[in-house]
Amino acid sequence: MSDDEKRTEAADSAGDAQGMTSGSQHPDDVAEAAETRAETSPTEDQKPAEAPTEETAAAEAEEESLPAEPEGPALPPEHPSRRGMFGAYDGSGDTSGYGRLVVRDTNPVRGASTPRPWPDELEKLGDDVTAALQEAGSTDADVFEKVLVDRGQITFFVKREKLAEVARTFRDDPLLRFEMCMGVNGVHYPEETGRELHAVVQLLSITHNRRVNLEVTCPDDDPHIPSIVHTYPSANWHERETYDFFGILFDGHPALTRIQMPDDWPGHPQRKDYPLGGIPVEYKGATIAPPDERRAYN
Amino acid sequence: MSQQDVTFTPAGDDTDDPYAGVRETTEGPVYTVTGQDWDDVIGAAAAGEERIVVNMGPQHPSTHGVLRLILELDGENVTEARCGIGYLHTGIEKNMEYRTWTQGVTFVTRMDYLSPFFNEAAYVLGVEKLLGITDDIPERANVIRVMMMELNRISSHLVCIATGGMEMGALTMMTNGFRERERTLDLFELITGLRMNSAYIRPGGVAQDLPPGAVESVREYLRWMWDHIGSYEAFANENPVFKGRTVDVGYLDLAGCMALGITGPVLRSTGLPWDLRKSQPYCGYETYDFEVPTRDTADSYGRFRIRIDEMKESLKIVEQCLDRLEPGPVMVGDKKIAWPAQLAIGSDGMGNSLDHIRHIMGESMEALIHHFKLVTEGFRVPAGEVYMPIESPRGELGAHVVSDGGTRPWRVHFRDPSFNNLQAVPAMCEGSMVADVIVSVASLDPVMGGCDR
Repeated sequence: MSDDEKRTEAADSAGDAQGMTSGSQHPDDVAEAAETRAETSPTEDQKPAEAPTEETAAAEAEEESLPAEPEGPALPPEHPSRRGMFGAYDGSGDTSGYGRLVVRDTNPVRGASTPRPWPDELEKLGDDVTAALQEAGSTDADVFEKVLVDRGQITFFVKREKLAEVARTFRDDPLLRFEMCMGVNGVHYPEETGRELHAVVQLLSITHNRRVNLEVTCPDDDPHIPSIVHTYPSANWHERETYDFFGILFDGHPALTRIQMPDDWPGHPQRKDYPLGGIPVEYKGATIAPPDERRAYN
Repeated sequence: MSQQDVTFTPAGDDTDDPYAGVRETTEGPVYTVTGQDWDDVIGAAAAGEERIVVNMGPQHPSTHGVLRLILELDGENVTEARCGIGYLHTGIEKNMEYRTWTQGVTFVTRMDYLSPFFNEAAYVLGVEKLLGITDDIPERANVIRVMMMELNRISSHLVCIATGGMEMGALTMMTNGFRERERTLDLFELITGLRMNSAYIRPGGVAQDLPPGAVESVREYLRWMWDHIGSYEAFANENPVFKGRTVDVGYLDLAGCMALGITGPVLRSTGLPWDLRKSQPYCGYETYDFEVPTRDTADSYGRFRIRIDEMKESLKIVEQCLDRLEPGPVMVGDKKIAWPAQLAIGSDGMGNSLDHIRHIMGESMEALIHHFKLVTEGFRVPAGEVYMPIESPRGELGAHVVSDGGTRPWRVHFRDPSFNNLQAVPAMCEGSMVADVIVSVASLDPVMGGCDR
């Protein structure tokens, strides 16, 4: 297993004590990780899509010998990044039997559209959006991948080439009047091949006192999303921040530069393949070693 | 700029001072001003370029922390203003992805350090929404949350008024403001154990119940505050110097606020009574009786008056909270989420209560396992994402909480009002005098801890 995989899994497997704190990592892992860091700079796009290798193949082969799953309602798909438990990875020697645990993917973000009926106020909002899009000469199916209603909030997954015009419709149509853009935020799902990077836009309508989220996805190797700054000037800094942390390039942004990290910082820290800590920090010629390479007092 | 492009010629006699002097760059000469050398600089500047670009900050005492203002000056007039931020970026959002959901509270409370309870509340309400337990939070916990948030709103506004006054030369407002704030922080210390960064509001409720004597202390505090809050108004409302510095300064109208996503007192100073406690209530705010103060001047003076009025409304809400406090649990009943132990003061400081330790160590193996699993591993939160906005003292504070079904957050992002509102600095300051920049920025009340996170 490559080191990247290990890091991703450490980040993913929630119950895994190894990933809980970096301090409790096995010394071998730490040494390996340090080596990899020296070889590859964080700027390089590490593609988690390549992750499933012999380990997955072995797990699949093992599964063939297992009894079939009991009959019942259709199960959600296996979680793309989580199999096994208690550190029962490749070569761990774990014989507890818990390593066969399969985590099912229940994340609505990866699911299909939420079928109607929705809660009343969201039904009305959905109808208003359809009407507004018709007014603009388009339809739901043209501009949206899917529509999610979850925990009382509605999220429109907008096709990325349509984002700018959808934002304009959402702001200007009298039925919608989403005057304010409250923010843009990135989320990185490395296991979603072809749509690893998500950007979520929160809109607020003071006129109608309601909110929507617009979510756009883009692949890791083509991280371009149209900018909405020309519709919502307030998105300016939020898009810069999302670029800074995730490397999403907002096409049409007036000055897409880093905002939180230093201008010459390599890499995009909020990506899942970017480690926590362990980045040498240079300041006025001095170099601060990553935590696992600093001198210890024991 | 590479090193070769820069020639370094120290000015005047200070040949041995590497920090003072003038550097020739492709952009023109760059002067480093260290004091006592203004004549050299101004003479050189007058001889050459008429356009001066001044870096105000990031270590300037009047910029509310490490905010860097890049001002292009024509004489005393600001022709262009830009903000440089990021000097206080600490990677809190990244760190949270490596800790449990409960530990996340400890991180978010350190973001906007003047309003820790709002950070906690936004995050916790988001987590509770993901868990689907919003309606199961005990009434007493909700009342305590509202009370702490409103006390916090008072302390935050006091700092805004105090530091804003100090920057204009009204030093009494600073000394009085910090005296009153200290009283508020004393209450926080009494109730949560810490003056700041208390990590008190937890998923499912609050960390611990009010200690004995807390209600009386809050009542006494209310009396004290009602006595003292008038002094700010008496001092500033009709003070000609204060009004001269603030009236019509930092003007931003409703259209500007909408375009730039500005919320909070700045938005309300345009006359729009937009307050999430009224329009999209949470924590039971719809049941409290309070007003949303507005002004229609859209300037720094109006924002100052709004903050004073909001403090009075907060005092009213705290009073209603005290009247509503009924005995009861302060943590959700679901044992798979609630923190397993109640804290208590022992001979060696605060820790798990002796009853609880007796239970897990002597009576029930299952309780011990449960305690261990919940404290080390934490609870799982069903996958999904929510955006939870609340009304912080500075405007809309939104927590975008994403779970992938694990015991740790997949991503937590804070839409901090300071971050967003600082975008208004060019609109407010360009065309004004340098001294007005200070007042305008103070009326935005940015807190860089929240801005940079």
